[in-house]
Amino acid sequence: MTVVARHDADEVLAGFAAALRAGGLPVTADRTQAFLRGCAVVGADHRAGVYWTGRATLCAGPDDFSRYDSVFAAWFDARPPSPAQPAATTRRVAEADLESGEDGEEADGSAVVRAAASSVEVLRHRDLAALSPMERAAVARLFAGLRARPPLRRSARRAPARRGEVDVRRTLREELRRGGEPAQLRRRARSRRARRVVVLVDVSGSMAPYADSLLRWAHVVTHGNPGRTEVFTVGTRLTRVTPAMRLRAGEQALQAAGEAVPDWSGGTRLGESLQAFLDRWGQRGLARGAVIVVMSDGWERGDSAQLGAQMRRLHRLAHRVVWVNPHQGKLGYLPVQSGIVAALPSVDDFIAGHSLATFEQALGVVADA
Amino acid sequence: MRNPDWVHTVSSPPELADLLAQTGYLTDEGLATVGYLALAMRRPLLLEGEPGAGKTALAEALAEALDLRLIRLQCHEGIDASQALYDWDFARQILHLRTVEATRGDAEIDEAEVEKSLFDERFLLARPILQALRESPVVLLIDEIDRADDEFEAFLLEVLSTSAVTIPEYGTVAASTPPIVVLTSNRTREVHDALKRRCLYHWVEHPDLDREIEIVRRRLPDVPPLLAEQVAWATARLRQRDDLVKPPGVAETLDWARALQALGATELDLGTAAATLGSVLKYREDTERVRAALSGILSP
Repeated sequence: MTVVARHDADEVLAGFAAALRAGGLPVTADRTQAFLRGCAVVGADHRAGVYWTGRATLCAGPDDFSRYDSVFAAWFDARPPSPAQPAATTRRVAEADLESGEDGEEADGSAVVRAAASSVEVLRHRDLAALSPMERAAVARLFAGLRARPPLRRSARRAPARRGEVDVRRTLREELRRGGEPAQLRRRARSRRARRVVVLVDVSGSMAPYADSLLRWAHVVTHGNPGRTEVFTVGTRLTRVTPAMRLRAGEQALQAAGEAVPDWSGGTRLGESLQAFLDRWGQRGLARGAVIVVMSDGWERGDSAQLGAQMRRLHRLAHRVVWVNPHQGKLGYLPVQSGIVAALPSVDDFIAGHSLATFEQALGVVADA
Repeated sequence: MRNPDWVHTVSSPPELADLLAQTGYLTDEGLATVGYLALAMRRPLLLEGEPGAGKTALAEALAEALDLRLIRLQCHEGIDASQALYDWDFARQILHLRTVEATRGDAEIDEAEVEKSLFDERFLLARPILQALRESPVVLLIDEIDRADDEFEAFLLEVLSTSAVTIPEYGTVAASTPPIVVLTSNRTREVHDALKRRCLYHWVEHPDLDREIEIVRRRLPDVPPLLAEQVAWATARLRQRDDLVKPPGVAETLDWARALQALGATELDLGTAAATLGSVLKYREDTERVRAALSGILSP
């Protein structure tokens, strides 16, 4: 590497770490330190050595590799490093849900007043797809007030309890403390822990009017069960939006999710996305024993046989599969679309999700699963 | 047999690759470099990758190559310090206490003395991590860290960063040479970033075709060369399919070769492949799909 010959090696390497940070990798000072020390060990003039050392010290997972590779090439191939590009898509969630809304009322002041005056109770039962922007803001505030309880499962861990098996260790320890005098029997029982929840949100075109609300709901679930909730969007592709959903403020979380998802209002290839989820995440353990919530109208443009097969797979792994459908419970709706028909046999709870009230009920279904 | 000077016996990544190859574990440049760094920098090595890609096998090979003992800690849900680090043998402590009482006669009991004798080394049950710290240099394999809880990770972090543990009643146990630590994860959940930062990270890929053939030959020298080649080739073809629930790993390739060898096959053809498919594919859907397309997979 000619660059190294001309500059101080550490300077070049530290510069590379800084460039990675600018490129969006989570490079911290101690990671940089480890990188420099590693390079000193393998030799800073050894290109492959520097490459692998950097990958081992500066990357946190396989998702970082492609960005690492491009920054590495830009930095060490004597080309001027290009400024880090943020993710290509910067569309916001707000755009996605406004597309199909009828927003002619914005200029009409009276409609706004009427909306604001409508009681919370009415708003709770309104179809979220048919709201004015003002009503949407009110609903967003109501969403922020929702609280989710996590579903529970029996843990392998045992905790002291009044009833249950005899806790030999604690009993003996007590005895020891009394100098060998037999003491009262101590007991223990399996404790209960929060069960993992995985939310799969359909962000395809047909679901666009609800996308905003669905993500808000997912945000509420994430914060009701912190650390044990995973959120993905499905459409033409699968995107993990869990990091975005973990942001505390709802608006921020939605914005971050909007920037992460490349396929807003696209087509629906539910079966394919589901397969990608199961292959990459679910089968490894993310779906195992979890409560899976699929939020979709089941409008499948791909092969519905594939959707059926993947749903069966999902059902075998999951503790419970909940399907939230915005059209369920509406007058005249029958689940006859090929996608829904294929999926239904593998669904434990098929529930409505089009208004705030139904979303509240959905939280209850998940908590009791 | 212990070799405390392992750092000086390996002086470059290719040398480590050679040593590992002698045990039958073949590395690529990336894994050799990262493995060498782990030795030279005395940092834990965190390996992630598909199941069956050879993460656990690397720890075993490292131990064999460096002539060190391998101590393995299998993680599971709810694992805690008493299973990973140490525990007191309460039953024996009680017995000891009774014995002291029975034999003291009329003499006064010296409480401090009794207590000291109760928390003696012989009542200390050393679990894998404490064993590793005491006996280091060793290779400590912490397998499937993703199955343990977050709390356990935090606890590991403490032990790994100091290579020492403090037992309140007993004192501090510190390793003179830090053990070589290998952590593996199947990525069922994301390992905490704080732990990752203290480790060297490597994503273990499936080997390419040539390397896999070589692995089969070295591990199973009795398998006919043609069969080894065919099996590695067919598994690589299976791995390319994107419709399998569980693509086969290296472990499955070896299983398959072993199964064929046990049947006395010298060549992989439709009949023998169909009969032994169960050793490579572990899901009914996969078996059905592959069985239907078997002739296409076996033909070049």
